[in-house]
Amino acid sequence: MEILVCVKRVPDTSENEIALNSAGNDIERDELVYSINEPDNYAVEEALQIVARVGGKVNVVTVGGEEDEEILRREMAMGANEGVLITDAAFEGSDGRGIAAILKAFVKKGNYDLVLTGVQADDGAAQVGGMLAAMLDLPFGSLVNSIEVLGGKKLKISREIEGGNKEISEIDLPCVLSIQTGINEPRYVGMRGIRAVASVPISNCSVAELSLDASAVGAAAAKVKRLDYFVPALGKGAEMLAGSREENIERLAELLAAKGGLK
Amino acid sequence: MARIFAYIVHRGGVPDDSAGELAAAAKKIDATASATAIVTGQGSDLDNVCSTLRSSFCEVWKIANDALAHPNAELIRKALVKVLPPGSIVLVAHEHFGIDLAPGLSIKLNAAYVSDVLGMDAFDGNDLKVVRQEFGGQVSSHVHCDISSGAVLTIRPGAFRPQQNAALTGTIVDKSGEIGSLSAGRRYLQTIVAEAGDVDITKHAILVSIGRGIQEKDNVHIAQDLADVLDAAVSCSRPVVDAKWLEKSRQVGSSGKTVKPKVYLACGISGSFQHLAGIKGNPFIVAINKNPKAPIFQVADVGIVDDILEFLPELTSKVRELRGVPAK
Amino acid sequence: MVEGIESVVPVTFWLTPGRTLFLSIHFLGLVCFAYIVARRLVPLIRSQRDPRFDRPFARAGNVLKFWLGQWKHPRYRVAGILHILIFAGFILLAARAFSMLIIGVSPNFVMPGFAGESGHLYEAATDYAATVVFLCMIFAIVRRLVFKPARYAVPARYGKAHTADAIFLLVLIAILMVADSLFEGTKAAALAQQGQLAELKTVLSLPWMFKAALASSSIPLLGSLYFGAYLLHEVTFYFLLCYRPFGIQFHVETSLFNIYFAKLDKSTLKPVKWGVSDEQLGEVKSFGVKTFEDFTWKHVLDFYSCADCGRCSDNCPANAVGRPLSPRFLSIKARDYAFQHYPMFGHSGNGQPLVGSIYSPDEIWSCTTCGACEAECPLLLEYIDKIVDLRRGLMDDGNVPQSLQKPLKALESRGNPYGKLEKKRADWANTKEFQEICRVKTLNGKCGAESLYFVDSITSYDDRMQSIGRATATILDHIGEDFGILGAAEKDSGNEVRRFGEETLFTALRDHNADAIRSCGAKRIVTADPHAFNALKHDYKDVPPVEHISQVILRGVKSGKIQFNPAENGNNIYTYHDPCYLGRHNGIYDEPRAVLDAIPGLKRVEMKRSHDRSFCCGGGGLMLFYEPKEDQRMGVKRVQMAAEAGANVIVTACPFCMVNMEDAIKVAGLEGKMTAIDLAELADKQMVRKCPVANAARNAEPQQECVAGG
Repeated sequence: MEILVCVKRVPDTSENEIALNSAGNDIERDELVYSINEPDNYAVEEALQIVARVGGKVNVVTVGGEEDEEILRREMAMGANEGVLITDAAFEGSDGRGIAAILKAFVKKGNYDLVLTGVQADDGAAQVGGMLAAMLDLPFGSLVNSIEVLGGKKLKISREIEGGNKEISEIDLPCVLSIQTGINEPRYVGMRGIRAVASVPISNCSVAELSLDASAVGAAAAKVKRLDYFVPALGKGAEMLAGSREENIERLAELLAAKGGLK
Repeated sequence: MARIFAYIVHRGGVPDDSAGELAAAAKKIDATASATAIVTGQGSDLDNVCSTLRSSFCEVWKIANDALAHPNAELIRKALVKVLPPGSIVLVAHEHFGIDLAPGLSIKLNAAYVSDVLGMDAFDGNDLKVVRQEFGGQVSSHVHCDISSGAVLTIRPGAFRPQQNAALTGTIVDKSGEIGSLSAGRRYLQTIVAEAGDVDITKHAILVSIGRGIQEKDNVHIAQDLADVLDAAVSCSRPVVDAKWLEKSRQVGSSGKTVKPKVYLACGISGSFQHLAGIKGNPFIVAINKNPKAPIFQVADVGIVDDILEFLPELTSKVRELRGVPAK
Repeated sequence: MVEGIESVVPVTFWLTPGRTLFLSIHFLGLVCFAYIVARRLVPLIRSQRDPRFDRPFARAGNVLKFWLGQWKHPRYRVAGILHILIFAGFILLAARAFSMLIIGVSPNFVMPGFAGESGHLYEAATDYAATVVFLCMIFAIVRRLVFKPARYAVPARYGKAHTADAIFLLVLIAILMVADSLFEGTKAAALAQQGQLAELKTVLSLPWMFKAALASSSIPLLGSLYFGAYLLHEVTFYFLLCYRPFGIQFHVETSLFNIYFAKLDKSTLKPVKWGVSDEQLGEVKSFGVKTFEDFTWKHVLDFYSCADCGRCSDNCPANAVGRPLSPRFLSIKARDYAFQHYPMFGHSGNGQPLVGSIYSPDEIWSCTTCGACEAECPLLLEYIDKIVDLRRGLMDDGNVPQSLQKPLKALESRGNPYGKLEKKRADWANTKEFQEICRVKTLNGKCGAESLYFVDSITSYDDRMQSIGRATATILDHIGEDFGILGAAEKDSGNEVRRFGEETLFTALRDHNADAIRSCGAKRIVTADPHAFNALKHDYKDVPPVEHISQVILRGVKSGKIQFNPAENGNNIYTYHDPCYLGRHNGIYDEPRAVLDAIPGLKRVEMKRSHDRSFCCGGGGLMLFYEPKEDQRMGVKRVQMAAEAGANVIVTACPFCMVNMEDAIKVAGLEGKMTAIDLAELADKQMVRKCPVANAARNAEPQQECVAGG
């Protein structure tokens, strides 16, 4: 099976302190450390486990610049066969739809049975996978937490729905799936693994190699633009109990009794 | 002016709570407009839903088809594309179904897409300014959206309070005939219900809920001790389940259970919106957290900055004392 | 002389003359033994290199102390004495056994140097030696069958009990002693009947008792017994010789070599591959031990030499709390694997992964590297290197528990396992309150100092442990030490990173730190973190010498710079818990105790398990993130030991021990009944402060560049 995983380099969720910069219009980016978007990493691990079972290839692709190569390399160190960086000045300022259009053009160049994305990234949009599927006219499943390969070019997938329940569906290949964290236990990739692939070439792909209408991508084509970052003025919020621990406990016990918490 | 539609999900003949929220969101976009509800499904369940929605929407579009008995995003998308007028604004709740439907719908409608909207800032025919969050809710952003050819917006559950208006008597418009035949590359097989677990947290009036602040499995008993003296149940946020310190059936949140207790003690829980989405019914929320900047303090009624590992055992002793329960 | 008694050589046994028979047995036995040994050497040849041929004098010294001197044995008194007696007996009997074997072929053979009076003395001594060994065998058999010491038990998951095999061997050795004694006894009885002089004088020895019992037996009977005893001896001797390499008794042969080749540089870790420098590591295809052949020959020899005594597992804290790790079975399973895949006949080796077959990942991750096993083992088996090597293999294959992946990734990005910002590493020193007590310099290009206080990650970032940092800084300041910290330039020392098998990440951390340390110009390093101490001392090269704060405090006490106020609460009973990385791994036991004893009125007791028998708190570094399967926490057992010793305050000298103790006190339900305190914190608390005016003068406005956090 030929699997393509679309990945994104994002500020690491646990190793950064996200704060506004002094101008108050963007986040402070000077000391951010970046890593692969966590759900994307689960997607790559899932792809690797699938080809370990049924044979095939796993490619990883991202849209960005030179600084994004590091996550492609990390996934190749994990076991992905090829990494592609789609990069072109024309792509800058693309919104989610623009990114999906770029990826669609890339997918069409290849012959993939399965395209995976992570369920969402740092902006929480959760959009590229679904958009890509619609552009390619392929079936789609989001929040996938289990994949079983069936015969006859079909998969059995499980989606995470409310209450911890799982929705089981059959889906035709080729298709696009967005992967939820926890689907598997990704293998560890350390510095050594990355060094081993440090000189493996990563092919670049520009707008010329993709059959893309340049007017469909980039800032000009974007219908959605983030204007700023801000931290909303805090509302009244909770009544903070500010005494000593004993005092707080006394007061809390009173409140609980009043609210029917102590019968 | 573009029409605003709200796609409503439903279960067992009852519309989801998000219906009122979507109506409220529509009003926030354009106070003069009134959203049209769209529902899909079949049979008496669908009819009941339409009847209920009449009282909060001026118009309810009903799309009935056997193929839509179980909500299938692909089929529903195909149906919606057939019936929606061009340039429409479509609101969908940002949860597992919305995530499945909305992005692809925006492509097929050639409309702009913004997800997880939690505030409307400005609207003027071709432009819409909304408020979203990024980085797991740590910062907010204003987003401009070109809606000249329509928009699909997913709305964060709980962000817009349903308005208590006088009951309307909306018209139900049957659009079932316009959708043509439906087929999809994804077919529903079954739903596997999460294991019941020994405790049903949705049935408890008081919940002692723990988050990452409990730090490790061996500390969970601290919460259980308190729950025992309060006749409460222990629930938790997602990280606790991911770490396997409690079973999934204890999880409160958008991917866990929805609870409606009277009293909710959020212990060591930061207050991510996915977790808060599972708390309904406006309970008395007490938040105890080491971090004074934890978002939970924004939504709690009472807040205490302290280490739950030390605070809870003392609270347990105090409650025991008050209730005259002898220590174990 | 009587035929058949004078010599067994001419006796005909089943048509075979004695000499021929015995010669054949010699030949057969030796050939078999040689073949068996040759086959046993095959895995050693196939395994990795291990340079152990240097420093012959030091190695010979080890042989004298641990092999001949049986130095470690008395740590278990009964078994120890038993074994010393048996070992001494064997050594003594060696020449006698040898002679006895030869006289079956050459009847007048006398060992050179054993003729005449010395020969008689030797005969007498060995008569008793054989008796003692025989009695020891009986004792050992009874001990195994009736008293069943717990450490010999085989948990179900490791297979059948080893008792039958143990008894079998004990019985065979007893038979050997009996045969030898019968041989002597029958001869003496016959000679006595003949009025010959060579009488057995060793009263109550086994040979003497045989002689007494057979005093009036007929000469032909004595002759048959004489011959029979000889044959029995030779057959048993060669049977044992050829059987020993198939089980734990192989240690009889291999122990001498195993101890000779034992590790000389304690507390160092085996490099990824001997003979491959750090720069060349990139070319190594595979890190760590994945298949059996990835072990070094010395490790294979270790497996052969394990005597199954169970002392290691008896002291292993992971084993004590029900983790799936038992060091004894690490060795036994590997040995069995070697025997199975390197059989006497047929194809050998199979290159299959060990983890997933004989070992489970949890087994390998459970080890806290406390070193209790190595401290105990009488044969000086090495365990930590093997665990680290197995972990290197798991890391290389990406087979790492999710709970460890996050801190590893954080260490890579931020230099600490918590993922906290580098620039906040010195915040502990920057609180307003603390800056008034003590200003801590950050050493950078503009600012230097004589000493570097290496704080390490947990003390820098953990809210609770930061107080250890402040206490340490205060003490250094008090004694007038010119010191500073690296601040944001400091990364995790990497002690656990290396011991969890992430060699590449460790090297990156080490190189970064070593550079920063060298650039800061300090001549000495001091730390309050034994893990950092261990890494800086043994794993880092070309850095200034490092001391632990306990050593610095003691020096301060001895020089009078530090004086202590008396302990306030006379009812407190203190006990000192030896941190593994300060005590066992680095031999610092006395200094912390001396510091405590310098506090007037401080009552101190020792726990039963102290010094090199200290019981690990649960481990530090990455071990704090690992989620083991266990019945109980190590820390809980330890605080219970403290309570048993009558203490209500545990003093420890390691921040990780502190985390585990404080946690354990809560989990064990001892809150309010026991507290834990760090040595530096205690010293700081009890220290007689200098005049505040002098303090203020010293702390007045240091240069701006030197303020911590800059």
